[in-house]
Amino acid sequence: MKQRKLIALVLSIFLFLPCLAFAGKDLDAVRKKGFIQVGVNGGVFGFGMPDEKGVWKGLDVDTGRAVAAAVFGDANAIKFTPLTAVQRFTALQSGEIDLLARNATRTLSRDTQLGLNFVTTNYYDGQGFLIPKALGVKSAKDLSGATVCVLPGTTTEQNAADFFRSNNMEWSPVVIESTSELAKTFFAGRCDVLTSDISQLAGTRATAPNPKNYVIMPEVISKEPLSPAVRHGDDQWKDIVDFSVLAMIAAEEMGITSKNIDTMLKSKDPKIQRFLGVTPGNGKALGLDEKWAYNIIKQVGNYGEVFERNVGPKTALGLERGLNALWTNGGLMYAPPFK
Amino acid sequence: MSEPVTTTSATEEIKPPVSNVGVLGWIKENLFDGWFNTTLTLLTLFVLYKVLPPFVQWAFIDAIWSLTEGARPGGDGAVWAVIPENVRFILFGFFPEGQTWRPIAAILILFALVFYSKDLTNWNRFFGPIWTVGILVMGVLMYGGIFGLPVVETSKWSGFPLTLTLSLFGMVGAYPLGVLLALGRRSRMPAIKSLCVVYIELIRGVPLISLLFMSSVMFPLFLPEGMTIDKILRAQIAIILFTAAYIAEVVRGGLQAIPKGQYEAAESLGLPYGLTMRLIILPQALKIVIPPTVGILISAFKDTSLVVIIALYDLLKTTQVTLSNPKWMGFSTEAYIFLAILYFICCYVMSSFSRKLEKALHTGR
Repeated sequence: MKQRKLIALVLSIFLFLPCLAFAGKDLDAVRKKGFIQVGVNGGVFGFGMPDEKGVWKGLDVDTGRAVAAAVFGDANAIKFTPLTAVQRFTALQSGEIDLLARNATRTLSRDTQLGLNFVTTNYYDGQGFLIPKALGVKSAKDLSGATVCVLPGTTTEQNAADFFRSNNMEWSPVVIESTSELAKTFFAGRCDVLTSDISQLAGTRATAPNPKNYVIMPEVISKEPLSPAVRHGDDQWKDIVDFSVLAMIAAEEMGITSKNIDTMLKSKDPKIQRFLGVTPGNGKALGLDEKWAYNIIKQVGNYGEVFERNVGPKTALGLERGLNALWTNGGLMYAPPFK
Repeated sequence: MSEPVTTTSATEEIKPPVSNVGVLGWIKENLFDGWFNTTLTLLTLFVLYKVLPPFVQWAFIDAIWSLTEGARPGGDGAVWAVIPENVRFILFGFFPEGQTWRPIAAILILFALVFYSKDLTNWNRFFGPIWTVGILVMGVLMYGGIFGLPVVETSKWSGFPLTLTLSLFGMVGAYPLGVLLALGRRSRMPAIKSLCVVYIELIRGVPLISLLFMSSVMFPLFLPEGMTIDKILRAQIAIILFTAAYIAEVVRGGLQAIPKGQYEAAESLGLPYGLTMRLIILPQALKIVIPPTVGILISAFKDTSLVVIIALYDLLKTTQVTLSNPKWMGFSTEAYIFLAILYFICCYVMSSFSRKLEKALHTGR
């Protein structure tokens, strides 16, 4: 009898433990909690990583902060869950996080089969090659017969294989598990080329004994639109996340920055008045405070500011805007009208 | 004429040759007795000669201990500056900066408790309560919420405190569970016996990594949407379930080593099952298995570093994160040496604790 009671007790504990946290519809649940739970990378400099003081920094992190500013008027009403590549989609599906901003590439199968909705891309990445200048190669097409350092088991390896095969070139991959070891091997001269996403290559180059001796080749061999994602089932929540990203882009288009935003409030331009909520309408349509866009830009900044702060030329990554420039500057960043 | 000389010297003590006593003697006896040992010794000396000077050169002579502002350190030496610059994040991770004293105090309390337990005369009726109070105080220090301490959620527990929490509660949870499983496996009730056998064999048949993956990737999918369990708690339960299976087998070994006469003696005294186990069998059995149990606990402590793969910020993960900052990317060797020293200290404390315990309990029958 005693044993049976004990077993029943243990079982009931396991059954009721999960009831500690409950959530309903995503937006309501977020509002009730009072903060947004965002899944981030946790180990990629410039996108999602804690600094020496344990403060989260990065482009994806700031994207999450922008959504928090839009919903709560407070960019710090946010908690971060660091996730591995394997965990990231499960965490979103199971409701452990409300928003995934973890440099995930938007693909058709992920968008459909995994039950996710990707929103506007916050960084256009692509796979490229890093080579020592001394190699004297001008184009990736001249890399026939090269030894190539690559991470195993990622799409990176496959893309590289496809690239070399489709161009009828020989290559010998050097496969190494960890990013930092891979970089060490490359700088030690064990392979001619290092291939990875360009944003990563820039970071790797920054750690070289002499970064000026290395160049990233102009060829981009894959498309990696890194986009935040939410799960299916709450379209209003998806709209809010989507337009929070777009608001940062729109603000840059209109020349609104976190510094000049208060003078912009007095602008006579009806576009800007609508955007900042001086003329109401947008907030109500999204189910947010009319100041939602103002809060994003004031507290987080426009897309250009966020880019410069986290990955731009002045950071260790030193990335140029490239594809991530505004459409008016030859990039892909384009926001629909805010009306 | 020579005879008196020998007689007098016979009364004196004849000293052994210099080469057989003292340092020289020891060296001769232990390092150069026979060609095999001589070769080994020479080989070892050669390897040391090849390895040590470059290491000393790298680790101490060429080393950079602090960083000049702005510049990325270069040179051939170790860059130990990576440790002091990041030590707060490596050890305490996301714990709010002004509150760092709280995990430090909690760790000190833990070490004090371990030190206190080393003396067996302290194992009296106050022993349990003192540990309970200690753990409660540690919990309050870490979580806060009363006495004006701001609340620090478990998701912000990281670095060394997380490693210690996972191991401490892993051990505390796994040990009783393991003993129960061992008893269950030797039970005469077929249902309980087969349940325990299946459990033990199932868990021992899979690596800890797969259990952690299941707890973090598969398990949440079985729950209704929106229901979530704390990530740390999930990993903690996985570690407990895993360690318990191993402890169960060790304890079963101890139970089997107890002579049948002991069981029969207990029965002839009319003791029921519970008392037989509590008063006669378990005290002897658990004493026998102290060395393998501590072995399992030490490996459980080291296994906690596997939570890296489910993105919990234990000691190893905070170090890895530090190393993925471009500023510190090349200095993995230095950081990992620091980690190794830290792990070694903890494991050494545990194993010396177990040796002391064994001696005090006279397990070598």
